[in-house]
Amino acid sequence: MRVRIDDDLCQGHQMCAIRAPEVFGADDLGQGIVIGDGEVAAGQEDAVRNAANSCPEQAIIVED
Amino acid sequence: MTDTAPVDVTTDYDLFDPAFVRDPYPAYDEIRETCPVAHTDRYQGSWMPTSYEDLRDFAAETDLFSSEDVLVTPRPELQTAGKTAYADVKAPPISSDPPEHNWTRRLILPIFAPGAVKQYEQGTKDLCNSLIDSFIATGRADVGTDYAQQIPVRVIATMLGVGTERADEFVGWVRGILEFGLTDGDVRIKARTALIGFFKEQVDDRRANPRENDLITEMVQAEVDGEAVPEDIILGVCNLMLVAGIDTTWSAIGSSLWHLAQHPEQRQQLRDDPDIWPLAIEELLRAYSPVTMARVATQDIEFKGCPIKQGDKIIMAFPAGNRDPEVFENPDEVILDRERNRHIAFGSGIHRCAGSNLARLELRIALQTFLERIPDFELIDPGAVTWAGGQVRGPRICEVTFPI
Repeated sequence: MRVRIDDDLCQGHQMCAIRAPEVFGADDLGQGIVIGDGEVAAGQEDAVRNAANSCPEQAIIVED
Repeated sequence: MTDTAPVDVTTDYDLFDPAFVRDPYPAYDEIRETCPVAHTDRYQGSWMPTSYEDLRDFAAETDLFSSEDVLVTPRPELQTAGKTAYADVKAPPISSDPPEHNWTRRLILPIFAPGAVKQYEQGTKDLCNSLIDSFIATGRADVGTDYAQQIPVRVIATMLGVGTERADEFVGWVRGILEFGLTDGDVRIKARTALIGFFKEQVDDRRANPRENDLITEMVQAEVDGEAVPEDIILGVCNLMLVAGIDTTWSAIGSSLWHLAQHPEQRQQLRDDPDIWPLAIEELLRAYSPVTMARVATQDIEFKGCPIKQGDKIIMAFPAGNRDPEVFENPDEVILDRERNRHIAFGSGIHRCAGSNLARLELRIALQTFLERIPDFELIDPGAVTWAGGQVRGPRICEVTFPI
C-alpha cells in the first residue's frame, strides 16, 4: 500500500496524524506530511485507511 | 432572542431562542431532513445550510461567500451612523478573503503548528491542577465557571505575552464581543474598544521596548514582501487570538465535562484504554462542536436552490454538519473510539481554525487532569445547567458533585 497527501487540498486539520501518527506528521506551518517514502509499513494499513476516511478535505490518496 | 419563538425553524430559525441554545440538534435535524438550507428574516436575514456536504460546498466557494463578516448577527460597529473606534480593525485571517488571507494566515500558522504548541502542555497541566486544588476539598464545583472558563484565557494570554493578571477582564471583553454583544450593539462596541485599545497599548510598548521571544514584538518587527505589517493587521491578529481562543475552547471543555459527568461508563472506558484519548477528543469535538461562523454573499446567486442576494449572510452551522447521518453513523451517539470521523468542528477549507492544535491540547489536558484527580462526578441538577449559544455554544454554569 502506498499513501500520499494532495497538498492543494490539505488544510492542516491534522486528523491523519491523530489516527496514524507513525505515518503522518506536520511541517512547520502545520500542513500534513507523509513520514518516509509513502510505502505503508505492514500493520499500518487500517490506521491509514481510517486516516483517509477522517480527512475533512479528502486530501489523502491511498493506493492498494 | 426576539419576542416570539419560531413556529417553523426552516423558515424562521432563531439562533438565540433559549430552546435552540439549550439543544439545537432537533432543529438542525428537521432542517436537514426537509430543506436542507433554512432561511430566516430575523437579524436582517440569513441562510443556514445544515448538511455536511452543503457546509463544505459553501465554505469552498470563497469568491461567492466572503469572510469579511463572520459574526452571525449584523456587526454593530458598522451599523451606527458614525464609525466607532477601531471599526477598521478586523480579525485577520479569519475575517480575510484571499489574497490578504494567505499572508496573514502564514503569520500565525507557525506558532500553532503541532510541534510549536507542545511547549504549552506542562503549563496548561499545572494551571488545571491549581484550579482543581481550589475546589477539590469541597466536593462540588461549577466546572463551567471555575474550571473550563479559566483555562484558555490564561494559555492564550501567556502565548501573547500579555500576562494572566487581567484574565477576568479578558473573559469579560470576549463575552461582550461574542456572547452578550451579538444581540446588544452597545455592549459589543464597548468590549471591542476596550480589547483593541488594550492591544494598541501593548503594540506601542513593544515598539518602544522590544522583547525577546515575544509574539507581539515579532509581529511588530515582521516584514511581508519587504514591508512592515500594517498596525490594523497586527491589532486584528491580536484581537482574533484572544477572541477566538477563549470561549471556543472553554465551551468545548465545558461540553465535554457536561457529557462525561453523565456517562460513568465512558469515564471507565478512558481509564481502561487511555490510548483512545486522541480519538475521544475528536469525537467530543464532533458531537459538541462549539463554533458557528458566517459568510456574506458577494453577489446575487442561486446556490443549493436558494435565491441568495448580495449581502445576505450564510450561517455556517458546522455543529449541524457534524451530526449529519449521511456522513456519521449514529451521529447523535458519542462513540469515543469512533474510527472514521471527518468532523468539521474547526471548519472546512481555507479558514480551518488556525488554533486547532492548541485547542486540542488544552481540551485533552483539561479533561485528562480533571478525570485523574476527580474520577467520579455527576451533575448536581441537569436542568440548572445554563448554556450560551448563537456563535459559540457551550455550558456556562455547570455544577457537579463528587466524593471527597
